[in-house]
Amino acid sequence: MTDKLLEVEGITKAYPGVVANDGVGFAVAPGEVHALLGENGAGKSTLVKMIYGLVKPDSGQMRWKGQPYAPAEPRAARATGVGMVFQHFSLFEALTVAENVALGMEKPPAMRELAARIRVVSEQYGLPLDPARIVGDLSAGERQRVEIVRCLLQSPQLLIMDEPTSVLTPQEVEILFQTLRKLSAEGTAILYISHKLEEIRALCDSATILRRGKVVATCTPREVSAAQMAEMMVGATLTPPARHARQTGKVALGVSDLSIPSPNAFGTSLKGVSFTVAEGEVLGIAGVAGNGQDELFLALSGEVLTDPDRVRLKGHPVGDLGPEARRAAGLVAAPEERLGHAAAPDMSLVENALLSGAVRKRLTRHGFIDWARTRAFAAGIVEAFDVRTPGTHVAARALSGGNLQKFVVGREISQEAEVIVINQPTWGVDAAAAAAIRQAILDRADAGAAVVVISQDLDELLEIADSFAALTAGHMTRPRPVAGLTLDQIGLMMGGVHGMEAQHAD
Amino acid sequence: MIVLEKRPSPSAYWARMSPVLAVVLTMIAGGLMFAALGKDPVVAIRTIFWDPLFGEFAFYLRGQLLVKAGPLILIAIGLSLGFRAGIWNIGAEGQYIMGAICGAAVGLAFYPTESRLIFPAMLVAGIFGGWVWAMIPAILKTRFNTNEILVSLMLVYVAQTVLAMASTGFLRNPDGMGFPGSRSFSAYPAAQNPELIAGSGLHWGGVAALLTVLAAHVLLSRHILGFRIRLAGQAPRAARYAGVNPDRLVMLCLGLAGGLAGAAGLFEVTGPAGQISIDFNVGYGFTAIIVAFLGRRNPLGILLAGLLMALTYIGGEMAATNLNLPSAAIQAFQGMLLFFLLASDVLTNYRIRLTGKEAA
Repeated sequence: MTDKLLEVEGITKAYPGVVANDGVGFAVAPGEVHALLGENGAGKSTLVKMIYGLVKPDSGQMRWKGQPYAPAEPRAARATGVGMVFQHFSLFEALTVAENVALGMEKPPAMRELAARIRVVSEQYGLPLDPARIVGDLSAGERQRVEIVRCLLQSPQLLIMDEPTSVLTPQEVEILFQTLRKLSAEGTAILYISHKLEEIRALCDSATILRRGKVVATCTPREVSAAQMAEMMVGATLTPPARHARQTGKVALGVSDLSIPSPNAFGTSLKGVSFTVAEGEVLGIAGVAGNGQDELFLALSGEVLTDPDRVRLKGHPVGDLGPEARRAAGLVAAPEERLGHAAAPDMSLVENALLSGAVRKRLTRHGFIDWARTRAFAAGIVEAFDVRTPGTHVAARALSGGNLQKFVVGREISQEAEVIVINQPTWGVDAAAAAAIRQAILDRADAGAAVVVISQDLDELLEIADSFAALTAGHMTRPRPVAGLTLDQIGLMMGGVHGMEAQHAD
Repeated sequence: MIVLEKRPSPSAYWARMSPVLAVVLTMIAGGLMFAALGKDPVVAIRTIFWDPLFGEFAFYLRGQLLVKAGPLILIAIGLSLGFRAGIWNIGAEGQYIMGAICGAAVGLAFYPTESRLIFPAMLVAGIFGGWVWAMIPAILKTRFNTNEILVSLMLVYVAQTVLAMASTGFLRNPDGMGFPGSRSFSAYPAAQNPELIAGSGLHWGGVAALLTVLAAHVLLSRHILGFRIRLAGQAPRAARYAGVNPDRLVMLCLGLAGGLAGAAGLFEVTGPAGQISIDFNVGYGFTAIIVAFLGRRNPLGILLAGLLMALTYIGGEMAATNLNLPSAAIQAFQGMLLFFLLASDVLTNYRIRLTGKEAA
């Protein structure tokens, strides 16, 4: 007999070209909060998908309370007592909270009864949620509550949380942690996936660290430092980007009273956004995704046009100019979504270099493409930003996410523009590559460029930004110098708790 | 179990080979169909693919090859640019008819004046006619977001009605004893599009088709505009990010396709057809869609595909008369080509793997 709830032994899962899990083993006891820690691509998600019955292991075994456990599908896992909250929500925006919960249940009770149960469970665990609201109107934090409540209604004994805090404000994270601690005190085991080390130190009882599909270490997070865990995770010593004290110059980019409707049905309209960025300054714009970041990016890149005076570049109105004209005037932009927006998936890296580099790198003459120059430009990016690829002839989609991100960000940074706008510069990139990208951004700022970084990663913004602003529900706070900002102040700037009170006040 | 596995990069080999595979599969399936109709499949296939080139009447039929391939290639090149950009002009047939009517009308207006400028003026009018007809779906799409597939297709039927009106009404030959049809251009040298080399089947339309193939090849491989057309078709958001104005691209692609289809109509009506008549068009505008896809939407591929399609036309007609095959069977045969092509296209982006056990 064993006192463990779930034991995993020698689990191996290979996909064509990559071994996602290689002999992975760990165990979780009832009431334990267990962290699975690792970089993107370390095999965390594959591992929990096998526990949740979404993927079948090639070899190895799992035991649930000492009995063999091999769920054929998520339904079987749920019946056993495993619940999972995914990183990407699977909710229907046009339906209410209660309807969404009902859709995820085997035998949903009557709506009225279900609504009552949702209220009880959500209040019991400190997750206020109105069952009658339309999901499309909820903040990301509230949507996550829907997912959590959906799991809790089935009284799981093991709750898997896949990077739950990536969409939350600091205050929302604190609320989530209280919920998780309460669940843990009641005996529910929690498998917590993250690469945010301070969170794991604050929440978890034990941690299993994965690297390239293998367990490389286990530790008790409270007893080791975040830096030690980071080094176990990456397998190398990390150096934070070097910052120099910079003199900021004239205003390079000015946005005044920018209001635009969102091009998407459930997007967020921008409401009176104003800010300036000076030469040599890095402005960090924080905020949970879906609060107007995409809209702001499109208005800055020139993909959405506005009144000329709303966006000024070095004093000249450019609001009515498209992306090409803005590039010519000195503004480059790197979108968040790599495949399909920043890069054409089926085109080669050379063609993708041409995509946004044609104007500033003078890759065309009378409209005719100078392929030799373009190839040289692409090869230069690959070289300078350490893009791992067999060559510049391969299709963009063949690169891993992190490598393509290095290529895309590198393509914009190496155009020597006076203003650089980057949306989520290190999204999905491993720690070493992220450090390289941040360093490249800082180097451009040192050379006198004005940089706008839109990011959900607060640590990243605090590391590289000179001034800090937050975007909430389409409103942007006035930028403040990063030096001297406390985490509490940042939380307040980000709109405080995305609770129902705040929503009603809107 | 058979599993389709996505390739990391599209296969250049299969992008070239899938049309060949499609032709082979069409021959097999078509042979089965002909056999089911009680004909000898080997003879039928030989009649379609071999006899027009090397058979008894090849001296005449080889010339017909260029006559038929010219307009197909000219129209298909224009269509392929739009298809590359994700703009689906299905109405080239209508643009072809309107080009023919406009060009012919200009020529007939000068009858019987003799001037070297008349034919070029007719060509300009033909291009203009096709362009205007294509601008209707373009403007409706950019202004009101209508679907260009439906609008361009429906305008084909409008054009056919206009053609009927022209041949029985405003362009009818005043000396034609009341029979429908315009004056014959073969009797009006200034407006005629003659065979340039006797017996070759090559007229100005064929020359224009070859020049267009070259121009489109250069456009797509060397010019930023061609790059943007490809980009817009593959990744519309990336195209907007790169600075492509989608509305302008719709206008350009539909306009080019319309202009080329109009030119093809003018060359046809002044050359092989000889006059505006109710049925001077033989569906080139629709067949060109198959040609564009069969040629991988690639100019050089379209050149080959146009010749192949012309071959099945001529061979098909011979099979229909010599072997007494119903013309519907020939059309089904040509349609099979497109179906097999689309099916074998999968191999460009996927590979087939046989796995022993069920895939997870």
